[in-house]
Formats: sequence, structure tokens, C-alpha cells
Amino acid sequence: MSDLRELYQEVILDHNKKPRNYGELPEATHHAIGHNRLCGDRITIHLQVEDGIVTNVRFEGSGCAISTASASIMTETLKGRTLEDARHVFETFHGLVTGKGCPGGAAAELGKLAAFSGVCDYPARVKCATLAWHTFVAATKDQDAPVSSE
Amino acid sequence: MSASTPANIANASSVSRDFLNLRKDFPILSTVMNGYPLVYLDNAATTQKPRVVIDALTNYYTTTNANIHRGVHQLSQNATEQYEAVRETVRAFINARQVSEIIFVRGATEGINLVAQSLGRIRLTPGDEVVITAMEHHSNIVPWQMVCAQHGARLRVAPMNDAGELLWDEYESLLNEKTKITAFTQISNALGTINPVERMVEAARKVGAITLVDGAQSAPHTSVDVQKMGCDFFVFSGHKIYAPTGIGVLYGRRELLEEMPPYQGGGDMISYVTFEKTAYNELPYKFEAGTPNIAGTIGLGAALNYVTAIGLDRIAAHESELLAYGTSRLQDIDGLTIIGTAAQKAGVLSFILKGVHPHDIGTIMDERGIAIRTGHHCAQPVMDRYEIPATARASLGLYNTKEEIDALAEGIRKVFEVFT
Repeated sequence: MSDLRELYQEVILDHNKKPRNYGELPEATHHAIGHNRLCGDRITIHLQVEDGIVTNVRFEGSGCAISTASASIMTETLKGRTLEDARHVFETFHGLVTGKGCPGGAAAELGKLAAFSGVCDYPARVKCATLAWHTFVAATKDQDAPVSSE
Repeated sequence: MSASTPANIANASSVSRDFLNLRKDFPILSTVMNGYPLVYLDNAATTQKPRVVIDALTNYYTTTNANIHRGVHQLSQNATEQYEAVRETVRAFINARQVSEIIFVRGATEGINLVAQSLGRIRLTPGDEVVITAMEHHSNIVPWQMVCAQHGARLRVAPMNDAGELLWDEYESLLNEKTKITAFTQISNALGTINPVERMVEAARKVGAITLVDGAQSAPHTSVDVQKMGCDFFVFSGHKIYAPTGIGVLYGRRELLEEMPPYQGGGDMISYVTFEKTAYNELPYKFEAGTPNIAGTIGLGAALNYVTAIGLDRIAAHESELLAYGTSRLQDIDGLTIIGTAAQKAGVLSFILKGVHPHDIGTIMDERGIAIRTGHHCAQPVMDRYEIPATARASLGLYNTKEEIDALAEGIRKVFEVFT
């Protein structure tokens, strides 16, 4: 196991304490609910998509520091991206947190998301880091049933 | 010294030293985790196994393994004898009247499902009611929801106060002539509350209701006497009382078990089968279809002998002392709130920390070799009652020490250090 500071990096603690883009989004075109069965956490993603571009995204719910910070940083990362690009970022991020590695040189594109590099040493916490992203993908597909980060 | 005698229990001078010596009986407790000695405080989820239980499994598979109740060969007879001997051990352990009232199941969950499904068929009709409490584990909620839906019955829930104590008047007022079954836990897994089960059974019987007591958390921590309790059914799980997983016990009053239809069909539960009709076996075999968990049952016998040799009352006293110590240590920590503060409480310390999610607490504790449970503890309605998503829970077993409580308190200090 690595040092706890590797997992709880400053940027993660900051976004946990002051989540960005938190709350409702009346203009949202898509919604989805995510559920982490392991700890009972729930998250709702409100998503506004225009011409295939994420124009706005907000989230609600309560969770651990990893899932809250992940949702917060995700909303910052996604704004202005095309849906296709967003899914590509998720793929890269997923590779990072599961320890499977990021596709060639993609890690550099992650920006703040790179703060989650410590998660791969804590397999029990991967679901926390990916819950918001799985929920985002479900929202783009207009999935009604709650998703889990299995 | 017999195989099931705990190490040095008789020679030690003080209670706490006795219990300290018992740690040697549990091989896993010498594990070093991330450079720290393992501090195992997740006993309400499952307990560690003493050497005598591990040896019982090894011995069984090394010397005896065979199917039971069939075959004239010697191994089969030996296996049958050992398996059936445990039925008597269990009967004595919970003071049931007869061995035929002891049914081996996979665990408390299966025991409750068996009663709900089998009893539901002969007792529940539309408009009837089943009463449970607000502090039940999902395994004592969902089976009743399912059976109520099947028979058009209604599930009613007796509420609790902020301390996690049953509201007696509300419970009593829920009981009426429509109440066919009441099912409640003796000790809450999420809060540690000890329920006044004898009174609860008595009140239920007054309206003619059948009673089931969930003993998953009580059997390992307090002595159980089903006759004194007066309940119709009592269930517990082996793995929470130092026995292997996959074995548990359903006690049922003989008259009711006789009346109830089998829960599952298969081998061992029949006395005669044709394609037209089957005659069921006598009790308890009527409810034990298929080859059971023979090794697990023998392991359960070893575990019950082990705790009986120590004495359930002494275990309860030891854990109660630890609980009092842990409560005072945790109460002193700023920003910590204990969830579940019933006056009558067993060895469970559920808590939340201001500004820190329980899941993060769990990870930081784990880093320091401390195993606690974080989450909803399969009791989501309890979490909803306190309007929290989860708690961190330290739950005690006979081998825990004050030093381990100190390690827990120190771990909590570390959590705040990371999060400020």
C-alpha cells in the first residue's frame, strides 16, 4: 500500500470540501442516478447536451471523499467537450484508477484527474472514483434505472 | 485438556489476562497488516476462527469424510454420528427441549426465509399482519416483505427512539388479532441495542402471534435460553460465533415445525417417494433437503464447545467492559458522534465523524491494520432513521483488547489529521 497522501491528494481533499457544480440544473436534458452498493452512496448527474456537446453538468448526492471529488472534477472536465471526447476521457481515467494503465500518452490529457492516480492501490475504492462517470454515461443514454459502478 | 478447551483459561489470574491468552487460539490474529498488528474489529460481520474449529474441519476431511444418513459403510456412520452429535450440542447451547427442534441451515438468513415461506403458507391470509422493528437487518425485513406480498398480508414496523431503543408503547399498540407473526432481533447489528425479547414475546403471544427471534448478533455475545425467552423460533449463524461460514441454526417449537410444510424438496427430507406422492421424513430431517454442510456443522460443534468452555456470561462481561472503555474513549473525541446509545447495549460501536465519510474512515483504518465495517450494515432503514448514508462500526469479539480500542482511537485521530 502506498502512502495515504497519494490517495488523498490536496486537490481531492479540496474538491471534497468544496464540491464544484453541485446542485440542480433546470436546463438539463439528461439525468441519471448512480448507486454504490458497497457503501450505499447515491449520486445524481444532471446533464445538458446541445449538438453533441456537454454545455453544462451538475451533480447532487453524498458520498465519500473519493466519489465526491471525482464527481466534482468530472463536471469541470466535461464542460465544453463533445460526448465522444467525454467517453474517451472516461476510458483514460478508468485505465488510471484501475491500474491497467492509460493508452499511449493519454495520461497527459487528464489534467486534474491525474490526482486519482493513487486509487489503483486501493481496489476497494475504484468504484468510488468511477461512480460519477458511470452515472454520466448512463445519463447520456437516458437510462432510467439507477446504475452502479460495477 | 480436551481438544475444545481454550488455552490457559483456568490458570490465568484475571479476567482480562484470561482473554488475552485466548488470542493465541486464533492463528489469524498474529497477522501483520501494512506493518501493523492486525486489529480485527469487524466481529458483527464475521468472527475469526480458533484453531480447534480449523482442526475440526481438517480432521473431518482427513479421517471421516462421507455422506450422512445413507450407506452402511463405516465412514458414513462416523460422519452421521459426528453430525448428529452437534445437534445435541446446539440443543444444550440454546436450551431447546429436544434435538428434533434443531434444524441446520446455511445461516440466520436462510432460517428466517425458511420460517417466512413455510409458515406463511399455513398462517398468512389477506389482511393479516406481520410485525417487525425499525432496527432489523435486511435479512429480517426482506423475507417478510416477500411473504406478505405473496399472501396479501401487511408488514408493520415498530419504531425506535433516537438512542436506538424500541418504543414499547408503539410496539404494543401494533399488536392485535390480525398480527400472525412477529419477528425481531435480540441485538441490533448496526446499533448494538439489546431488545427486551422476553417481554416482546410475551406481548406477541397475548394476541396469539407466532414469534421469531433473530439471534445472529446475540448468540455469540450472551447466553441464550429459548425456553425462557418463550419464542417459537430462534435463528443464528455459525460464522458469527467463531464457526465456519455456511452453517447456521433454526430452532423451532416442535408443534409448529410438525405443522409446517417443507421449505425445500430433495434427498434426506423424504421417507418414501413415488412419482404420485411423497411422504416426508420426520423432524428435523423434513427441513434438511440435500446433503448438508457436514464439515461446517462439525466445525459449529467445535466452536460452541469452545465458547461454552469459556462461558458466555464471562464473554459477555469481557465485551461489556470493552464496550464501556471504547464508549468513553470515543466520546472524548471532538467531532465524533456515536450512533446507537441504548441503555442496554452489546459490543457494537457505530459512529460518524464530522466532515468525513465512513468509507474514507475505513480506508485510513485499513492502512493501519484496523479492520472495521463501513457502510449501511445491511440495515438501510436504520441509516434512514438517523438520516445518514452510512456509519463506521467497530464490533467486539472475545479476543479484543483495550489496546485495540486505543489503536482505534489513534486511527480516528489520524483520520482527522488527513482531513484537515
